[in-house]
Amino acid sequence: MTIKHHWILPEGIEETLPETAAQMETLRRDLLDLYAVWGYELVIPPFIDHIESLLTGTGHDLDLQTFKLVDQISGRTLGVRADITPMVARIDAHHLNRNQPTRLCYIGTVLHTRAESIGDSRSPMQVGAELYGHAGIESEVEILGLMLHTFATVGVQDVYLDLGNVDIFRGLAKQAGLDKGIESQLFEMLQRKAVTEINALLATLDLDETVRTMLAQLPALNGDIGVLANAHKVLSAADNSVHQAIDYLENTATLLQQRFGIQQMNFDLAELHGYHYKTGVVFAAFVPQFGQAIARGGRYDDIGKLFGRNRAAVGFSTDLKVLIRLSSRSFVSAEKIFAPARQTAALTEAISVLRAQGKTVIEALPGQEADAKAMECKKQLVFIDEQWQVKQV
Amino acid sequence: MTDSVNKITIALSKGRIFKETLPLLAAADIVPADDPEKSRKLILDTNHDDIKLLIIRATDVPTYVQFGAADLGVAGKDVLMEHGGEGLYEPLDLKIARCKLMTAGLVNPRPRINGHLRVATKFTRVAKRYFASRGEQVELIKLYGSMELGPVVGLSDLIVDVVDTGNTLKANGLIPVDHIADISSRLVVNKASMKMKHRRIATIIEQVRQAV
Repeated sequence: MTIKHHWILPEGIEETLPETAAQMETLRRDLLDLYAVWGYELVIPPFIDHIESLLTGTGHDLDLQTFKLVDQISGRTLGVRADITPMVARIDAHHLNRNQPTRLCYIGTVLHTRAESIGDSRSPMQVGAELYGHAGIESEVEILGLMLHTFATVGVQDVYLDLGNVDIFRGLAKQAGLDKGIESQLFEMLQRKAVTEINALLATLDLDETVRTMLAQLPALNGDIGVLANAHKVLSAADNSVHQAIDYLENTATLLQQRFGIQQMNFDLAELHGYHYKTGVVFAAFVPQFGQAIARGGRYDDIGKLFGRNRAAVGFSTDLKVLIRLSSRSFVSAEKIFAPARQTAALTEAISVLRAQGKTVIEALPGQEADAKAMECKKQLVFIDEQWQVKQV
Repeated sequence: MTDSVNKITIALSKGRIFKETLPLLAAADIVPADDPEKSRKLILDTNHDDIKLLIIRATDVPTYVQFGAADLGVAGKDVLMEHGGEGLYEPLDLKIARCKLMTAGLVNPRPRINGHLRVATKFTRVAKRYFASRGEQVELIKLYGSMELGPVVGLSDLIVDVVDTGNTLKANGLIPVDHIADISSRLVVNKASMKMKHRRIATIIEQVRQAV
């Protein structure tokens, strides 16, 4: 790179210019206000942390995604956060140490060594909410409801929900007695619904025939709510835990429909996003004009244990940079008032009064040629009848 | 981006895959209005107003589908293996455009002087993984075509490529060495489309499945 190209940013890293930055800040404030009225307390986890803490519980998924550096003070390896969720879980489990349900929310930049998908940012603005201390469908529904309100606040419309439950595959894998290596191979194939590979792999395993058939059926178990009744049938020989997982999913969906009247729900029993640390319902949100999930979440009851205390946990997170691209909300930018270069106490006073009222006043600097119009001001302060008045340009 | 929940876009590549996919699409009552070999259009209309075909390079199919620029696509397993297949569903083996992914080398290999085995291929990701799984470190040379030349002119010791009849290998004095994978074309689906257009896409998959 020659000196001429110093303006080029690293791949997947972007600058947010004034107009978008103002919109993002409006959304950030509105979202934090929304979470506050739902009882979610804001926390601000650190930007860097010991690598072991960052990778706890989600290690498998985040190791490669985390930028690493060496701490000059301790010589230990630090990581730049690639996901805020585990850090918030630690705050709940270790620092707050409450017994009552705890609701926390956060917003901040995370860094990814590699973009999660083509064209994605490597520095998403992650925003999310987590509910700790309650293991029941009401928590899932509250978090899903808050996620839907998040979309409404941002102005993202026509949202489809996708729901799954990782305990279904986990139960079947346990029943089949799969070892870790095979389980993770099968997991990877299920993520792609690669039916041919799944059947080829299952054929090589020494399995009970009914269990083999049930595992082979998983990639086909997706669609509308009817799929759950079908799953009970297709997986009838499965352990009780699998049927409980299907029921849990159905109860969650029913309550969700009752509370929020959602119509557009899809169920996918082979959806295993975050399988390595999730422990129950997993969900994602989609919109028609975007080829990937715009938000994800689910239950991860075991994560707190690693920080000293097991707590039921469910949450969601999304990327404000993605949401703003999909936003249909019309943002009104604040009206700007142009003031001539400050010469008198009266003008100083007039500017102070306007600013105290929350108005934007832009002062001309001595020698400036740009006028009100050039400064994008629709109004200006003019001296009429012995006083400074705001007039249209 | 696919702009509406009511539209279906299918990404296909010209040539063998297109020809062999046509009867399968016909089973799902999808018939293109133009022949891509004759037309210069990149977006083909079909007998349905809301179904379009995109004609793109075979290696670009996974990218279009992953990104949601197409809902469905037909891609060779070789292309999918090289792409990684992340962010895609591949629920159906179409059993068309079949061939083998193999390593090949000279009939009389040159003696290997010290250093790593040099492998010329356009499937660098697959080749790296394959040789790593055999505990062998190799030097990869990325080529975009005519891989068979590599060993002949001394550019590489081996090549990794898809082999159909084996005639090209033979004509250039090469023989197949190891079998890496059986290749056939897969129907691939964008994950978001599968969830939002489930009914339509599931119907297409099922109709095509019956014709395979």
